[in-house]
Amino acid sequence: MIFNRLGKLLTATTLSFSLLASPIVLADTTIRIGNQGEPSSLDPHYLSGDWEDRIISDMFMGLTTEDAKGDAIPGIAESWEINDDGTVYTFKLRDSKWSDGQPVTAYDFEYAMRRIMNPETAAEYASLLYVIKNGEEVNTGKASLDTLGVKAIDDKTLQITLTGPAPYLLSLLTHYTTFPIPKHVVEKYGKEWIKKDHIVSNGPYELVEWIPNTHVKLTKNEDFWDVKNLKIDNVVYYPQEDGPALIKRMRAGEIDILYKFPSGQIDWLKANMPKETRIAPYQGLYYYPINTQKPQFQDKRVREALSMAIDRRLIMDKVLKTGEIAAYSVVPPGTSNYGTPAYVSWKDIPMKDRIDLAKRLLQEAGYDENNPLTFQLKYNTDDNHKRIAIAVAQMWKKIGVRAELFNSEVKVHYADLKQGNFEVARAGWVADYNDPQNFLFLLESRSKSLNYGNYENAKYDQLMEQAYIESDLTKRAATMKEAESIAMEDLPIIPIYYYVSKNIVANYVKGWQDAVNDKHRTRWLSIEK
Amino acid sequence: MWHYFFRRLLTAIPTLLIVITIAFFMMRIAPGGPWDQERALPPEIEANILKAYDMDKPLVHQYFLYLGNVLTGDFGPSFKFKDFSVNDLLLSGFPASLQIGGIAILLALVVGTLLGSVAALRKNSATDYSVMTVAMTGIAIPNFVMAPILTLVLGVYLSWLPVAGWGDGDFKYKILPILSLALPQVAYIARLTRGSMIEVLHSNYIRTARAKGLRERLVLLRHALKGAMLPVVSYLGPATAAVITGSVVIETIFDIPGVGRYFVQGALNRDYPLVMGTVIFYGMLIITLNLLVDVIYGLLDPKVRLQD
Repeated sequence: MIFNRLGKLLTATTLSFSLLASPIVLADTTIRIGNQGEPSSLDPHYLSGDWEDRIISDMFMGLTTEDAKGDAIPGIAESWEINDDGTVYTFKLRDSKWSDGQPVTAYDFEYAMRRIMNPETAAEYASLLYVIKNGEEVNTGKASLDTLGVKAIDDKTLQITLTGPAPYLLSLLTHYTTFPIPKHVVEKYGKEWIKKDHIVSNGPYELVEWIPNTHVKLTKNEDFWDVKNLKIDNVVYYPQEDGPALIKRMRAGEIDILYKFPSGQIDWLKANMPKETRIAPYQGLYYYPINTQKPQFQDKRVREALSMAIDRRLIMDKVLKTGEIAAYSVVPPGTSNYGTPAYVSWKDIPMKDRIDLAKRLLQEAGYDENNPLTFQLKYNTDDNHKRIAIAVAQMWKKIGVRAELFNSEVKVHYADLKQGNFEVARAGWVADYNDPQNFLFLLESRSKSLNYGNYENAKYDQLMEQAYIESDLTKRAATMKEAESIAMEDLPIIPIYYYVSKNIVANYVKGWQDAVNDKHRTRWLSIEK
Repeated sequence: MWHYFFRRLLTAIPTLLIVITIAFFMMRIAPGGPWDQERALPPEIEANILKAYDMDKPLVHQYFLYLGNVLTGDFGPSFKFKDFSVNDLLLSGFPASLQIGGIAILLALVVGTLLGSVAALRKNSATDYSVMTVAMTGIAIPNFVMAPILTLVLGVYLSWLPVAGWGDGDFKYKILPILSLALPQVAYIARLTRGSMIEVLHSNYIRTARAKGLRERLVLLRHALKGAMLPVVSYLGPATAAVITGSVVIETIFDIPGVGRYFVQGALNRDYPLVMGTVIFYGMLIITLNLLVDVIYGLLDPKVRLQD
């Protein structure tokens, strides 16, 4: 009886203390992100955009994950062993839990990877994992699911077998296509597992609510293995896409980070928000594929002349003004496992001489004032693409080339590219993982849907094949560089610039570091007002 | 009148069917498909996806499949927003659109008639001129220009109202979008009311009313306003259409989770089921509103009889 009373008294005291203490406890910190896109799903197997990556990678964690600079570090895997030829990776998993308290096991990973490769799942991004043994065969229905090179050996050990040595695997494993999904939940609810009442995740944050076209709200996942180091309690992602309106929201203090600000605002931003404006090198290439199937472009001299005549510096300084870097190769400089890319031979020739050279090349190919080279330059409707296309057409005019500009909305544009219904067109590529292969594969003849200009060079293909099975990193880099130099000689594409990331980050957001893949996980950020 | 009402409802069915058919085939004829994007899909994966959505079947087959589903009230899954069905999206978007659009129309009606009447009564005075100048400006400035100006002044410089967003649906988030939508309509309705009010004030029945010795307020409110409202009521149909199309832009600028946003996103993404869903939704909405306007018109104007 006495104990009972004492108990009650104790509870009451604790309660009143905690009530007293509650105003002292710091209010939850919330970070609000202008995310520029509505997620199409919260199922890691149905995503393809970087705005979706930002949300999903706050919610889930793969075998490896990104540090504050975007580099791969251990995630759910604590350590790993790689066999001698670099084709078998054995991962040791750390103790970690789903947000419902269930342990994350190697079986969750195995289940997830079989699911994304299953043709019935119809996952858009499955081809990214074709480096896994039998990945392509399984995904195209030619092999059964259990032949996939992903095997859970026990709860804590996962083995991944590859088709060839892929030094980028650890970087690839930070990607959401490789995230585990909670087998126990997905099996119970099927497609409905991502609904708010069912979904569980294993990353730093878990879902609070998702109201389409309004926001996605996440909160700290108390079951996350490193929860004690999280400094931000809640994350809100706004899907708004209207750039100028977003900058106004930033100015009004309604959002803390704005991803991908519109370039047109750069002058204003430089004058008014210089500290908040973050521009950094980004692993992407802006280029013009040339349709090598069209008779006038089968001549290498024509392609070279077109590429040579573009004064990239002028475009960077006068048109874009956002610090992009002039491109003279396929692989951006600074890419891992590579070294300096293989640039075009005329990179350092002064512009004036390049124009003379280009004119001569065109003449040799049979084009002159009476018989000018004419074609259509296609781009998808966008202010920047338009300004660049106008500038480029002007530059081509100087060597006697008449390019007619043609723009269409993005879906139509890419349908045209895919069907080879173009002469010269605008395209872009952003790396999925930090490796030269992720750029160079674009020009392999087997990359049908992405090799827009249908470039075919047997030697190039052969070198790339050779690089795929090469386990010596130095040799691999040298082989790929040889392939790249062939491409930079053939010039089936006109490289224009390497992308930069363009973000606005409020001064009170700490922990932000520039990252070549533009990945900035909330886990590393804090707010100090 | 009930007879008229039901007959109109019945004629709505073939109208909708035509709308569905035209929209369905036009959408499919448009170049570019749902999966044409910067990251082209390998053909095998695209085939898997087409199969998953029954899009590997012949187009006419797909059309009848779709019609069958619509009859059961199922608008299908959204291609873009994969975790939601089109029904989910429309249901979640309608309240937001209704609040913004509905209040904007009401506001335009009340303020527009008021301003128009005042201008008419003070014809050719300074009040009249200033109201009409503002109205002309209101009509001339499209709402996609009005909206950024309003947000810059009231949101960024004065910090009175949020620049964009929906928050928890708090009213302060709705003020700017409603204003941006309502202002051009206020202007239009004010001009309409002024014109018809001036005309009505010169008519015989108003002279009779005044001659009977009715108080001026009664003459204006009971007799003149009723007559002056007729053109305004018939304008409500086009006004609603204008507010709906306007909301497509406004919802994008203000980041509002309404149906208009889905219409734009659906069209740009070639999200066929979502576009079809919004088209049917808007079609039904406009048919219903037109019917309502006709009924109100009949109640206001004794010369109009709603007969079969």
